[in-house]
Amino acid sequence: MVMLDNLQLLFVWAPIINVQVILEGIFVGAVFALSAYGLALVWGVMNIKNLAQGDFVIMGGYLALALSSANVPLPLILIIVIVFMFVYGWGIYALMIRRILDQDMFVSLLATFGLSLLMQQVMNLVFGPEVQTIDMELPNWDFFDNMVTIPSSKVISLGLAAVIALAVVIFMKKSRAGQAIRATAQDPRAARVLGIDTDKVYAFTFALNSALCGAAGVLVSIIWVIQPFYGITYSVRSFAIVTAAGLGNLPGVITAAFGIGLFEKYVGMIIGTAYEVAAPVSILLMVLIWRQISMKRNRQVVR
Amino acid sequence: MSDIITVDNVSKAYGGVKANVDISISVKEGSITGIIGPNGCGKTTLFNSIVGYHPIDSGSIKFDGQEISNLVVGDIARLGMLRTFQQTRIYSKMDCVDNMQISVSHRKGSRSGLFASRRGEIRERAEHLLEFVGLYSKRNLISGDLSFGQQKLLEFAMALMNQPKVLLLDEPTAGINPTLINGLIDRLHKANQELGITLCVIEHNMRVIMNLAEHIYCLSNGKMLADGKPEELQSDQRVIDAYLGGH
Amino acid sequence: MIKKNTLITYGGLALFGVFGPILFPDYTLSIAYLWMMVLMASTWDILGGQMGYNSLGNITFFGAGMYISAIVQVTMFYDGGMAEYTSAMGSIKPEFTDSEYFSGLYLGIICAGIGALLLSLIFSTFMFGLRGPYFAIGSLGLAIAAAELTITMDYVGGASGISMPLFPGEIEFRSTFFYILCFILAALAHFLLRWLYSTQFGLAINAIRDDEDKAEAMGIPTLVYKQIGWGIAAFFMGCIGAIAGNMAGFIDKEVAYPIPTFGIFMVAMVLLGGKGTLWGPVIGAIIFHVIKETTWTYLLNLQWVALGLILIINIVYFQQGLMGWLQTKYPEMFGIVVDESQKTSKSEAK
Repeated sequence: MVMLDNLQLLFVWAPIINVQVILEGIFVGAVFALSAYGLALVWGVMNIKNLAQGDFVIMGGYLALALSSANVPLPLILIIVIVFMFVYGWGIYALMIRRILDQDMFVSLLATFGLSLLMQQVMNLVFGPEVQTIDMELPNWDFFDNMVTIPSSKVISLGLAAVIALAVVIFMKKSRAGQAIRATAQDPRAARVLGIDTDKVYAFTFALNSALCGAAGVLVSIIWVIQPFYGITYSVRSFAIVTAAGLGNLPGVITAAFGIGLFEKYVGMIIGTAYEVAAPVSILLMVLIWRQISMKRNRQVVR
Repeated sequence: MSDIITVDNVSKAYGGVKANVDISISVKEGSITGIIGPNGCGKTTLFNSIVGYHPIDSGSIKFDGQEISNLVVGDIARLGMLRTFQQTRIYSKMDCVDNMQISVSHRKGSRSGLFASRRGEIRERAEHLLEFVGLYSKRNLISGDLSFGQQKLLEFAMALMNQPKVLLLDEPTAGINPTLINGLIDRLHKANQELGITLCVIEHNMRVIMNLAEHIYCLSNGKMLADGKPEELQSDQRVIDAYLGGH
Repeated sequence: MIKKNTLITYGGLALFGVFGPILFPDYTLSIAYLWMMVLMASTWDILGGQMGYNSLGNITFFGAGMYISAIVQVTMFYDGGMAEYTSAMGSIKPEFTDSEYFSGLYLGIICAGIGALLLSLIFSTFMFGLRGPYFAIGSLGLAIAAAELTITMDYVGGASGISMPLFPGEIEFRSTFFYILCFILAALAHFLLRWLYSTQFGLAINAIRDDEDKAEAMGIPTLVYKQIGWGIAAFFMGCIGAIAGNMAGFIDKEVAYPIPTFGIFMVAMVLLGGKGTLWGPVIGAIIFHVIKETTWTYLLNLQWVALGLILIINIVYFQQGLMGWLQTKYPEMFGIVVDESQKTSKSEAK
C-alpha cells in the first residue's frame, strides 16, 4: 500500500526527509499563524467570527499577483497590499460590519459568509478559476544530497512573517491605538466612558485584520498557490487554530498554527495530496470534539 | 420526615476565591428551608453546585439518597429538582401559555408527551396554574413583554407546572412590589402544603424568610455560620454581626 | 387565526403545482427545482429558525443521499457491482427494464433518506455539544470533509463521478416524473412540519432556541429533540438529494456537495422569508428562486455575485425577513396578542 511505503520512506529508509516535511510545515504554519491571529483579534475585540478570513488572504494573494506581473519588487508589493487591504477592511467595516455588531452571533457568521461568497465569485470573474502562483525565480538551496530542497523564497516568507508578527505584537503592546483596542476588547462600555471612540477602534481592528490577511496572502502566493475558491480552507484552518488555542493566547496560536502546518504536510506526505483539503477540516472537527469533551467534564458546553 | 437533600462538606473555589468552604446542609422532605447571608457569601454558588451548574471541588450532594454531584443539570432536573434564577429566566419569545406548556415534567414516565397536541389537558393545567399566580389575564401575551415582577411569577408558575419534588428559589421576592409580596408568600406556602413541594429559598428579605421557613441556614464568607429555627437565628449575635458588617 | 387565508394559499399553491408544468412545459424542471428549494429551506429551518442551531452543513445529507441512492440503484440490478461500474467511468451502460429502473429508483430514494438519517444520528453524538458559531462552523466542516472524502473513494467514482442509470422514457415524461417526485416530497415535508410545529415538539424546540440553559434546567431532554429535528431534516435532504442526482444524470463532488451555492442558499432563502415561521422558508424559497432564474437570464456570470449581494443585504439590513416584518406590522394576523396598554413597546416585538 502506498501509505505504508510512504511511512517507511519517512521513518526507516530516508529519515532525513522529515526535515523537509517539518520545514514545509513551518513555512505554511507561519502564514496560518498570521491569519489566525487576525481572526482572534476581530473575534476577541468585536465578537465577529469572520468566515471570509480566508478570502481576505486569497485577495491579498491576487493583488500580489497583479503587482508582480507589473514587475513591482517584493517589499513594495507587501507594503502596497497591506495598505490596500487596510483600506478595504475599513470600507467593509463601514458598509457592513458596523451594522451587525449588536446582532446575535449567527448573523455575523452568515454575513461574513455572504461576503466570502461575494469575494470568491468576484475573484473568480476577474482572475479566472485556474490555480496561480508567483514565481520569484529565486535560488533553491539543497541540502543532504538533494534530499532536502529549500526554496529561498520560502525562507524569505518565513522571515517576513516573523517581522510582521513582531510588528503587530509590539504595536498592540506599546502604541496608543493598540492599548485602545485592548481596552475596548475588555470592556467596551468602560472604554467609551474613558473617551475611546469604540467605533473607530472596531474599524481599525477590522482593517488591521484585513491587512494581516493581505500580508499572509502575499506570502501564500509566493510559497504556494492561490485559487478563488481556496479561501474556505484558510478560514477553516484559522478557526481550528483559534478554537484550539483560545482567544487571548498568542503563543498558543503560533504553536497551533505550526501544528496544523506540520499535520497537513505529514498527511500529504503519508496518505497523499488528495487529502490535503480534508486535513484542516478533520483537525477542526477533532479540535471541536476535544473541546466538547473537556467542557463536558466541567458540566458545560462549548459556546 | 427524611432528608431529601443532603449537602455534605461541599467546597467550591473559583480561581483564588473560596466561594464555599465545607458547607453542610440538609433539607427535610416537605419542608421549607431558608438560606440567608450577606451579599457574596456564597448562597447562589451553593445553589449552582446543587443543581449541577458546575462541578464541586470536594464533598458530596445527595438527592433522595442518590449522589448527584457528578450529574448534569438536565439529569438533576429530570430527577425532580428545579431552580429559579435570580435574574429570572423564561422563554421570552413565546407567549405565557406556551411557556407553561413546555414546562411539563419530562421525567422518564411521561415521555409520551413528545408529540402531544397543544390543545388538550396540558393547556388546561397551564391556564389553571397561571390563574393561581394571577397571570391569567396576561396568558396570551409574549412573555418577554411582561414586567419584571410578572416574569418572576411566570417563572414560578412554570416551575410548579413541572411538578418537581424540590424547588430551589433564588431570591423569589427580589424586585417585586412590596404590596405583592404577601401574595407571593401565600402562594409559596400553598405550593408547599397543597402540592407537597419541598422548598429551599435564598432570601434577603428578613420578614419574608422568617415567616416562610421552618429551618434556616446562615452563610458568611463562604462558610456556614449558624442554623436553626427562625426565632433562634433572629437572636443569634453572630448572624446579626454578619449582616451588620462584622467579620 | 388565518384559517380562510390558509385555505386560499394552499389552494393557490396546489393549483400552481398541478397546472404549472402543464401550462408552462418548458419550465417544468425549473419549477421542480423550486419545490426542491422549498424543501431545503423548510427542513433547514427546523434547526435553524425554530431551534436556533444554525447549520451550515445540511448539504452533507443531500450529497450523502445522492451517492447512497446511486449505489443502490446500480448494485440492485447490475451484476458487475459498484466498483466495476464506476471504474468504467460511464462506458458501461446497463440496460434496465422499466420496472427495474423504477424499483431501483424508489428503493434508492428511501435508502438515501434512511442513510442520511443514520448519518445525522452519528453526527449528533459529537456535534450537539457545540453551540452557536461552533456548531455552524463544525457543520460546515462536516460538509467539506464529506465532499473531500468522497473524491478519494474510488468505489463511488472518486473524482470522476458516477453516471446515473438512464431514465426509460422521453424527455417530457422524465421532466414531469421528477417534477411530481419533487412536488410530492416538498408537500409531504411541509405538512409534516406543519403538524410537528403544532405539537409539544414545536414548543420544545422553540424553548431550546429561546433559552437552552433554561430548557435543560427544566428537564427538557434537549439532545433528543435536537436529534429528531436534525434527523427529519437529514431524511428529507437525503431523499431530495437522491432525486436531484437522478435529475442531473451525472453526479460528482460538485453536484452532490454544492456548499458555496445551494448549501448557503437554503439559509439565505429562510432569512429572506423569515426564520422560525412555517411559511417563511416557503416564501423565501419562491422569491429567491424567481430572482435566481431571472438573474441567470440577464446577468449570466454575474449571477453569483448578485446572489451573494442579496444575501449580505438581507442579513445586514433586513434580518427578520418578510414574515418577521409582517409579524411586527400586523401581529393580529398571526394570532399574536398585543397588550393594548403597552402598545408602543409591543410593536418592537422580536
